Amino acid sequence: MTVQHTMPGNAAAAGSGEPYLVVENLTVRFPTADGLVQAVTDLSYSVELGQTLGIVGESGSGKSVSSMAVLGLHDAKSSRIEGSIRLGGTEVVGLSEAKLRPLRGNAAAMIFQDALAALHPFYKVGSQLTEAYLAHHPQASKKDARRRAIEMLDRVGIPQPDRRVDDFPHQFSGGMRQRAMIAMGLINDPKLIIADEPTTALDVTVQAQILDLLQDLQREFNSAIIIITHDLGVIAEMADDVLVMYGGRAVEYGATKELLTHPEMPYTWGLLSSVPDVTADTGGRLIPIPGNPPSLLRPPKGCPFHPRCAHVDKVPANLCSTELPELLPGSRGADHLKRCHLADPDAIYRDQVLPEIAPDLVEES
Amino acid sequence: MFAYIVKRLLAGFLVVTLISMMVYALFWYGPRSPAQELCRRESNNRCTPEKLERYEEALGYNNSVTSEYGKWAKGLVAGRDITVGASVIHCEAPCLGLSYRTRQPVFEEMKTRLPATISLAVGAASITLTIGVTVGVLAARRRGTFADKALVSTTLFMSSIPYYLFALLSMLYLTIVYDVFPQTGYTPLTDNPGAWFTGLLLPWLALGFYNSTSYTRFSRGAMVESLSEDYIRTARAKGLTSRVVVMRHALRAALVPVVTIFGIDFAFLLAGTIFTEKIFDIQGIGRWGLDATLIKDLPVVQATVLFGSIIIVVANIIVDIIYSILDPRVRLS
Ligand SMILES: Nc1ncnc2c1ncn2[C@@H]1O[C@H](COP(=O)(O)OP(=O)(O)O)[C@@H](O)[C@H]1O
Ligand SMILES: [Mg+2]
Repeated sequence: MTVQHTMPGNAAAAGSGEPYLVVENLTVRFPTADGLVQAVTDLSYSVELGQTLGIVGESGSGKSVSSMAVLGLHDAKSSRIEGSIRLGGTEVVGLSEAKLRPLRGNAAAMIFQDALAALHPFYKVGSQLTEAYLAHHPQASKKDARRRAIEMLDRVGIPQPDRRVDDFPHQFSGGMRQRAMIAMGLINDPKLIIADEPTTALDVTVQAQILDLLQDLQREFNSAIIIITHDLGVIAEMADDVLVMYGGRAVEYGATKELLTHPEMPYTWGLLSSVPDVTADTGGRLIPIPGNPPSLLRPPKGCPFHPRCAHVDKVPANLCSTELPELLPGSRGADHLKRCHLADPDAIYRDQVLPEIAPDLVEES
Repeated sequence: MFAYIVKRLLAGFLVVTLISMMVYALFWYGPRSPAQELCRRESNNRCTPEKLERYEEALGYNNSVTSEYGKWAKGLVAGRDITVGASVIHCEAPCLGLSYRTRQPVFEEMKTRLPATISLAVGAASITLTIGVTVGVLAARRRGTFADKALVSTTLFMSSIPYYLFALLSMLYLTIVYDVFPQTGYTPLTDNPGAWFTGLLLPWLALGFYNSTSYTRFSRGAMVESLSEDYIRTARAKGLTSRVVVMRHALRAALVPVVTIFGIDFAFLLAGTIFTEKIFDIQGIGRWGLDATLIKDLPVVQATVLFGSIIIVVANIIVDIIYSILDPRVRLS
């Protein structure tokens, strides 16, 4: 059966206790009128305190669904969750709503994409912050909570926080709303912060400021961060480890620097070649991945990526379309896992893919 | 906001004035003499052309529509003297004229009818809103379950029954065939609170319950929508209890469209509930207007139309103001 390999996140946890968040063999299914949607399949990863894990993949690859499971946010009646999620030692899968509530926003907090939609339009920013604080500090007074809210708004860089605390979300700019969202996420000093595409709706300068802010806060509080994105540029800047997801599965997992310089899975190559930053100043071509993400209702047989993969013919015996590759270490060591049948992906990447997307890099090396 | 309200009130005033003019125009330029009906009633079905001529003369239909409308409008603002046969009656401002049928000042009669309609409307609307929103919220929280589907089908079935039939059957079966409810009717609250309550109980329930079916579906829809919003996920992720998430976050947002529709519906109830007042024998505005229309009692028709249009214009303004209070993103301008 599945062999448990050393995962990159585990490397630092030499012996003593396990990482703050450990996800093992997580599977999330939604029974729907059209059939069973298998949004996440057999996903395993872990994050240490003070570390950042980046989860990357096209939209629909199960990034949000898997991270929402960490807070037990899926409705028990309309979802089926298997596997194990241990948050600070507590098993979250199967936990009752009453036992989940003290963890949510307290042990782990989520920062959502599109703060305009994620903040309640009818309540003042301050009251939404104090509500989050009071939910986990029932003995605190309203005044304490308000002071704390102002302090957090100040910490995330909102000017005149004592005045802006009484604004409604629509009175904030996009960047400020995302800052307020972060302030709300951090108001109870969570040890884990899950940021689900926190900068997708923002323009580039604001995006950079928000990422800087998250990094500052992480240094200050030594929290673990999961940053979800479809932008490898964000990953390169933020993450210590990367998990590449495709069709609800992990397809590549490793330390950021290692994975971005020696990607071993054609899907990751595709993501790399569709990042404008990588290709812009190197004369390479911006190549979108052809085709569409796989159906989660009727996933293709074999490797889920094979219908879109340009390298299927390099694998003998139609293996790609008949057998699902396991997530195993390739030639780069036990900490770099990939789900691919290709025998020598490094050579293919070096000789065929890299010259296409970044010719300058090839000349340099 | 003040400027906005003034602007809306002026526009509303214009609309109401135009409507009142149209009522006069209809009476003057309609196919049949509006005096015909009164003449027939008051002469035991033997209304001769000469008699009709006298009625038309006395009611002012021989004068131009503009001069008669002018008299009416002046009476409304400053009061006027009205000649009935040999006597002259002074009608104080706001004078809405004398009823053709009772020969009494319309405004005085309106003051006795209004409390009946208001009592009926407030009671029924409270029931509608309470049942509609409560059941709608419960259904939304259980959406997709058997209970939810059964409930939605039931409300659809209820709404497909014509209201007059529903009201008539409940009156027949619950007060006459089976003695479940006492005789319905209106007793002023100040005369006898007990009789006021018992007389209105069945009309409240019938009207309130019938209307609640559409509010159930409506608030269920609004709740389902708000429960699927991103900010609900945020609220849950903060660690709030599900009660707080549903009541403070989802319901707060779902109430906005419900309140908007309710405001207008309530205005229509206040303008007079014709079937309810007729079937349950309540002497309110709706029934008064209906009876007046049947005998072409112009001053009463004019008064009820005027009242209804003012209520609806004002309700629209109030709804907009409430909307801007409920949703801070909305600015009135
Ligand atoms: N409650 C649900 N019921 C059915 N399908 C769902 C549900 N939530 C998510 N999905 C499906 O799961 C897949 C993964 O979604 P998601 O995790 O949001 O992707 P992303 O990687 O873009 O965050 C999508 O195809 C989505 O349609
Ligand atoms: Mg997502």
